[in-house]
Amino acid sequence: MSKELIRLKDVSMTFDGETILDNMNIYFNDKEFLTLLGPSGCGKTTTLRIIGGFLTPTSGDVIFDGVRINDIPPHKRQVNTVFQRYALFPHLNVYDNVAFGLRIPKPYEDVSSVALSEASGGKKRKKKLSETEIKSRVTEMLEIVSLKGFEHRSVSSLSGGQQQRVAIARALVNQPKVLLLDEPLGALDMRLRKDMQQELKRIQKQMGITFIYVTHDQEEALSMSDTVVVMNAGKIQQIGTPEDIYNEPKNAFVADFIGESNIVDGIMREDNVVEIFGRKFRCLDKGFAPDEPVDVVIRPEDVDIVDVKDGALTGTVTSVTFKGMHYDIIVDFKGFKWLIETTDFCPEGSRIGIKIDPDGFHVMKKSEYSGMFGDYSSYSAEYDEIGDVEYEESSLEDEADEV
Amino acid sequence: MKTKLSVLGRVYTFLIYFFLYLPIFVLIVFSFNSSNSRTIWSGFSLEWYGELFRDSVIMSSVYTTLLVSFISALIATVFGTAAAIGFFNMRGKMRTHLLNVNNIPLMNADIVTGVSLRLLFVAAFFALGRAFGAINGFLGTHLPVSFDLGFGTLLIAHITFNVPYVILSVMPKLHQSDRNLMDAALDLGCTPISAIWKVVLPEIMPGIVNGALIAFTMSIDDFVISYFTAGSKTQTLAMAIYSMTKKRVTPKINAISTILFTTVLVLLIIVNIRSLRQSKNNDAKQKKGILK
Repeated sequence: MSKELIRLKDVSMTFDGETILDNMNIYFNDKEFLTLLGPSGCGKTTTLRIIGGFLTPTSGDVIFDGVRINDIPPHKRQVNTVFQRYALFPHLNVYDNVAFGLRIPKPYEDVSSVALSEASGGKKRKKKLSETEIKSRVTEMLEIVSLKGFEHRSVSSLSGGQQQRVAIARALVNQPKVLLLDEPLGALDMRLRKDMQQELKRIQKQMGITFIYVTHDQEEALSMSDTVVVMNAGKIQQIGTPEDIYNEPKNAFVADFIGESNIVDGIMREDNVVEIFGRKFRCLDKGFAPDEPVDVVIRPEDVDIVDVKDGALTGTVTSVTFKGMHYDIIVDFKGFKWLIETTDFCPEGSRIGIKIDPDGFHVMKKSEYSGMFGDYSSYSAEYDEIGDVEYEESSLEDEADEV
Repeated sequence: MKTKLSVLGRVYTFLIYFFLYLPIFVLIVFSFNSSNSRTIWSGFSLEWYGELFRDSVIMSSVYTTLLVSFISALIATVFGTAAAIGFFNMRGKMRTHLLNVNNIPLMNADIVTGVSLRLLFVAAFFALGRAFGAINGFLGTHLPVSFDLGFGTLLIAHITFNVPYVILSVMPKLHQSDRNLMDAALDLGCTPISAIWKVVLPEIMPGIVNGALIAFTMSIDDFVISYFTAGSKTQTLAMAIYSMTKKRVTPKINAISTILFTTVLVLLIIVNIRSLRQSKNNDAKQKKGILK
């Protein structure tokens, strides 16, 4: 899209002998909305804190605009952060919170010159903004985040969404090249979250800067990002556009984490022919060795339900859940349970046939995640909610830890 | 059954407070007695208070007490706050151990603290005298070779026992504050020092002020540790009262004790009101947090 701004080169991070990041290589383009997506503990926040300067990697280089910045402290980086739960300064009002960064004399215009001047021991000229300039910039920024007229409110009197906007304004007013966002919408309710997603995307476009966004919410990641980086266990699983990640997952982990997937063992008989459950299907994938064992992903929405006699495969419906737009049904194929999304009602216990178009198959090479995901034997309708509850609990634990 | 118990409970509570405060009440009443009898009430008078203010020994001990309390509270607040911030930013076990060590002097008997500080001072003076003597002999200078306990040692002792109280009062405030505040300040361009100054200190200020007030109160209140570390020429108010009781007891003691009691009471009330108000504020904040 445009030029590279930040690069992490062979970055590893260990805490107390535990590997948090494992030899990570990634670059971030200028003006891009990039999301680090993964389950909690996958190293996404650690990556963000390394870019912010709050952590120094155990090994590897952090490169900003061509300059190594491993040892540059956060206050000298042209990067600003929106923290989880905002971290607004409670003793200051909205205006003073936003003006906070502007009131600190900044010696540099950009980070690359920082690094250079530091390296050469060059003199730093501190630049202090006048109050009128600060006022115009704060006012402008509050307008961008739709908080005009809130200048003199105390931050504790604001709602969660408003506090979120203050945190964004406080970071963006410093005109960083990169804005880091650490699960910024985690504490908001569903509706507000959807609104703020749109809002963030709009702000990013309007400001024309790089956003690096951390979340565990795959829907959020897909709908907002230019690029999604899926992480697990300190490793990057896949980097790509949201469409790539969804349509062409690289391994079973990504396929399972992004959306719903049925993942079955298959054998690639030849180019464009894959065998599952002992039957050959036409597919669009090629480039595998003959008879190579593979993982095959079939998205629940790519399965067509047909009469038993017309079905390429037949199975028994074991559970039906009404989802509004469609039904989620679980179908048992020879002991392997699939999730299928359908608008046709199939009663529990009925036999159905299915048909899958060639573009409904996605074939992946075997990986360490093979056989771990994609079976819906233990599926329950509460699955999604359970996922959310887990997150809530972990965030509560964080809170308890802090108190 | 329930009412019976609560009547019993009330009587019990009354008796406890009665015996707890009766002596103080008697003391206060008799500080206004016009005769010097400590048993027979012979009319209201402020005579003993007047005499108190004319007594130069007592007045100078009051001055010493206020001075040592003020300076020691101030220094202990600075040290204690810095220590609390340092502890707070430590990780894991070290922090727990240090906090436990910090709590020991609070529970330690005053007399042990007093005696050990005195021993330390004497030993330090001895070593210092030796060293200065050697320097004098070597260079022909006239550095002092003998030192006495006095205001300096008294002050050091007070700072020593005040620091833990400050730490104990600042720590909870740090725990309540958002851990990301410091990071946010750094992120916005503050150096670590200015981040503490601009963001962390304002956030924990109520705890710091409370710590200072408690330290001041503890200093005014202290007798045992002062007694062992002040030496023969310096006297705090508590020490002055103690030495008065050794001679003929006059109702002046009642008067001075009344003043001391009132001062400490007022300080403690201030501290308690402050912490009560803070915890209310916190509750309100937390409720808000849950609602949103």
